[in-house]
Amino acid sequence: MNDDAQDAVGDYRYGFHDPEDSTIRFDKGLTEQVVRDISELKNEPEWMTDIRVKAYRHFAERVMPDWGNCEMLNAIDFDAITYFLRSSKGTESDWDDVPEAIKNTFDRLGIPEAEQKWLGGVTAQYESEAVYHSLRDDLEQQGVLFFDMDSGLREHPEIVKKYFCSVVPYSDNKFAALNTAVWSGGSFIYVPKGVHVEMPIQAYFRINAKNMGQFERTLIIADEGSSIHYVEGCTAPTYSTESLHSAVVELIAMEGATIRYSTVQNWSVNVYNLVTKRGIAHKNSTIEWVDGNIGSKLTMKYPAVILKGEGSHAEVISVAYSGSGQHQDAGAKIHHLASNTTSRILSKSICKNGGRSSYRGLLQVSPKAQNCRSKIVCDALVLDEDSQSDTYPTMEVANSSADLEHEASVSKVSSDQLFYLMCRGHSEDEAMGLIVNGFFEPFTRELPMEYAVELNRLLQLEMEGSIG
Amino acid sequence: MAEEVLRLSDLHVSVEGTEIIKGLSLVINQGEVHAIMGRNGSGKSTLANVLMGHPAYEITSGEIYYQGKPLVDLEVHERARAGMFLSFQYPSAIPGVQVGNFLRKSVNSVQGESALSAREFRVELKQRMELLSMDKTFLSRYVNDGFSGGEKKRLEILQMLLLQPKLAILDETDSGLDIDALKVVSEGINSMPSQTSSLIITHYQRLLDYVKPDFVHAMIDGNFVKSGGPELAIELEEKGYDWLEV
Repeated sequence: MNDDAQDAVGDYRYGFHDPEDSTIRFDKGLTEQVVRDISELKNEPEWMTDIRVKAYRHFAERVMPDWGNCEMLNAIDFDAITYFLRSSKGTESDWDDVPEAIKNTFDRLGIPEAEQKWLGGVTAQYESEAVYHSLRDDLEQQGVLFFDMDSGLREHPEIVKKYFCSVVPYSDNKFAALNTAVWSGGSFIYVPKGVHVEMPIQAYFRINAKNMGQFERTLIIADEGSSIHYVEGCTAPTYSTESLHSAVVELIAMEGATIRYSTVQNWSVNVYNLVTKRGIAHKNSTIEWVDGNIGSKLTMKYPAVILKGEGSHAEVISVAYSGSGQHQDAGAKIHHLASNTTSRILSKSICKNGGRSSYRGLLQVSPKAQNCRSKIVCDALVLDEDSQSDTYPTMEVANSSADLEHEASVSKVSSDQLFYLMCRGHSEDEAMGLIVNGFFEPFTRELPMEYAVELNRLLQLEMEGSIG
Repeated sequence: MAEEVLRLSDLHVSVEGTEIIKGLSLVINQGEVHAIMGRNGSGKSTLANVLMGHPAYEITSGEIYYQGKPLVDLEVHERARAGMFLSFQYPSAIPGVQVGNFLRKSVNSVQGESALSAREFRVELKQRMELLSMDKTFLSRYVNDGFSGGEKKRLEILQMLLLQPKLAILDETDSGLDIDALKVVSEGINSMPSQTSSLIITHYQRLLDYVKPDFVHAMIDGNFVKSGGPELAIELEEKGYDWLEV
């Protein structure tokens, strides 16, 4: 790592990397042939190859978004990215069979330990593909399907074919098109009717190589009356050149089902994180996005819920931390298409050392949707004068029976708060850490405890040495 | 002779260029309880803040020694770790930080390796909260967030009891308390070990009905104009401050 990169990241503790020891690596750059080669390598059905190619053509024609951080977006060099990299011969179900360097990486990230203690299933993706995968026996016996996406397509093509691109069509946006063209890895989950998956299922995404593109694709279907909590974490080494992470996540909650999707995104600050996440909520179902963005260079991500069924409910609880050179452009989109649907958006952001946090939200109520309720709260904490916070809320309400609340605040840490905490023995950095952790508490309390502790620790690290 | 805890000599303090404390001298020995009485604006709270090292207050001349060493060398948190404690007149709210976690963290910060184990701490905490008639639901609330005046003061006293300071500075701890709360808070103060030194800053004499001072100082315009024993507090309550003005 060069000095600039080191300065930019400070104490990013996941910045280590392994020697790149790939078994298959595609040349840099993207052409239709690359897309076809990925599909062929994976031995996919023709319909999937066709979707990929269509998506690629759309991607190639589609202009870059003219909103968000255009300067950063236009700096992406699509020709400098590796679109597929296989590091392991297969997906193992025993950590001892995973190549040692990769296993060590996940050991350092604490994944096998977490798996033993409190997870219902784990998938660990390294570069383009899953290297490890497991599901608890009892869940398997109840008919829960949990695969990495490539295996999901092989084992259950009929389900994948039915739902793939049904929530996020490839033409949705440039990066959804890119993902659909070159997707690899991600998770496929089906929870049968009435089954409650009590322990969270976790996916961990790790980029190791330089200039890597990671394009995982996740599809979760919760059948009637079922529930699941899916957690994803992600990190990458710190390099002075950029990598691209562009995922698509599609959730389908059938009648009465609940899906909670939690993310703690902690990419290194050389990663572009451009992700499309959307769920469709049928009658009386609930979709919750719990979305934490700590790392990356530029994140553009707006978890969305289409409230299609009457009485369905959406929650988006998100936090964003932006330090030096980072822009977190995040938010939420809720589409109230049916009557008596409810939603809640809570967005909290902190910016520091010249970082920039943006909230970008869309709330839509369709003409036919009666008696919808929504509450949106956006709070920003700006830690110094070099940093920037802005909000872009859009509301399109076509039904006058809707009951909407929107609150927004921008605050600073007061010198009285710092003095009070320092009078209780906390150094200035520690005091700042306490205030910041407190600010994010409405988010962290939604996370499994292990993640909450980790997140608080990360934020505390970010506060260290930051005060002049 | 008792050990000296705090010595102020000819202390001058300014805030934004305006002198508030004008040549104050004071010695507090171990175990002594000093009360400073004065009207609003006389410089009482400034003294409390400057003792803890609030950055807005500038010492323009004079010295402060704590346990025989110059205090200015210590950062705010180092003063707390060295055994100084300020009970705030207006404690800040820290949203999202639960009282229980905050107390534990503060005790660990101040006492370092000599802090109680988690289990001993819980026992201690329970006892102290009972003494102050604090319900255990306090522990899961956010620090001072939405607290009533009385609740804030109880939390201040609870922190003092847990942190076991060598020098406790109580800034207007009695303000905003009804008589029942005042009694509870006073009981808390009186349960401090006898070797603790205290500096009680107050507007009224009523706290001093419950907490007996060894010395009382009347403060006007940034300086002590009269010092005496507990009887001075009663005299000030009866006669006000005008008779002391030059």
